[in-house]
Amino acid sequence: MNPGSLFSLLWVFSLLSIMAVGGGTSVLPSMKDFCITMQHWVTPDQFRDIYSLGQLVPGPNMLMVIVVGYHVGGYPGALVAFSGFFVPSSLIALGTGRVWNHFEGSPWRTAIQRGFAPIVVGLMLAGTIAIARTAVVGSTTLAFAAIVFVVLYFGKKMNPALLIFAGGIGGWIFLR
Amino acid sequence: MNESVAPVRELPAVTLGEIFRTFLAIGATSFGGGVVAYLRSSLVTKKGWLDDESFLEVLEISQTLPGLNATNMAVLVGDRLRGWPGALVGFFGMLLPGATMILILGVLYASNSHNESVNAILKGVGAASVGLLLAVTLQIGHKQLEKRLDVALVVLTLVLVSFIHVMLPIVLLTVGPLAVFLYRPRAHLPHKADDQTFDKRPTD
Repeated sequence: MNPGSLFSLLWVFSLLSIMAVGGGTSVLPSMKDFCITMQHWVTPDQFRDIYSLGQLVPGPNMLMVIVVGYHVGGYPGALVAFSGFFVPSSLIALGTGRVWNHFEGSPWRTAIQRGFAPIVVGLMLAGTIAIARTAVVGSTTLAFAAIVFVVLYFGKKMNPALLIFAGGIGGWIFLR
Repeated sequence: MNESVAPVRELPAVTLGEIFRTFLAIGATSFGGGVVAYLRSSLVTKKGWLDDESFLEVLEISQTLPGLNATNMAVLVGDRLRGWPGALVGFFGMLLPGATMILILGVLYASNSHNESVNAILKGVGAASVGLLLAVTLQIGHKQLEKRLDVALVVLTLVLVSFIHVMLPIVLLTVGPLAVFLYRPRAHLPHKADDQTFDKRPTD
């Protein structure tokens, strides 16, 4: 591990942090590009595994950046990736939260919110596709994804974590 | 905050320790995404730190800004209660449990990444999370799939990112202004903010 790779981690995850409109899913395609294609930090399979680890812990699943950082630079790498991804957007929130009410009723604030809403949906779909490209690799995984979607979208309200854990158990049974 | 026109309910005096413990509890229990639901039940229902209206207001800010709902909400609510120290303890409370756990899992994974069972379990989790992502996206975005202009912007963004692989900053700096221009304020068209923005449902 060298200072150069720590700097790359900081730069990449800070950039992703300030571009994460609508949440972490929006930046998944870019994160994949950076981590796999451009920086060669992880392989596509490792990226999928690390994303899955993020699903298994409480709190935002984008805490997965810690594991990417750990792969690149051990514990310092984990800390740098965490800070890069979570601090810039939080500082923006702190600053903007204080001036937000000054724009109360501004028609441009409404236009920005209105205009970005469909962009966020497009980005979230793109994020879903990015994960699907590494995680849906055959009929069994396709069936898992379809079942979880149908249950959550059409079924009764339930905690998605149960289905995520069921996916892990199902994987252990059917995907070994 | 002190600029508000409407008479604001006095915010209760809350200690930094209480803010930290409250967000720590949310951070430790909010499995499977949907942190907004956990936040509402804790901050509005149990603690009474915010009423429903101010909760939705903070949520709206948090969804408009970059970053995750979980951390944006922790920062915004912490700041309202106790200024920047409140924001700081809210931020760490929210992330500490998950960060610790994922670091442990990540270290274990690094030495077991070729273990067949580990790979099989994570493959299953990954596949399940694709279904979860799609469900959450459609739940949040179903309003954006009703109007033709919105659908066009959704498809444009999706095609640029997923199929033409245009870098995200470029997408945001081109489609963003275009979309804002298309929805620019016009005198003869009254705007209703909540009409077509997101469904205020859990995300992240």
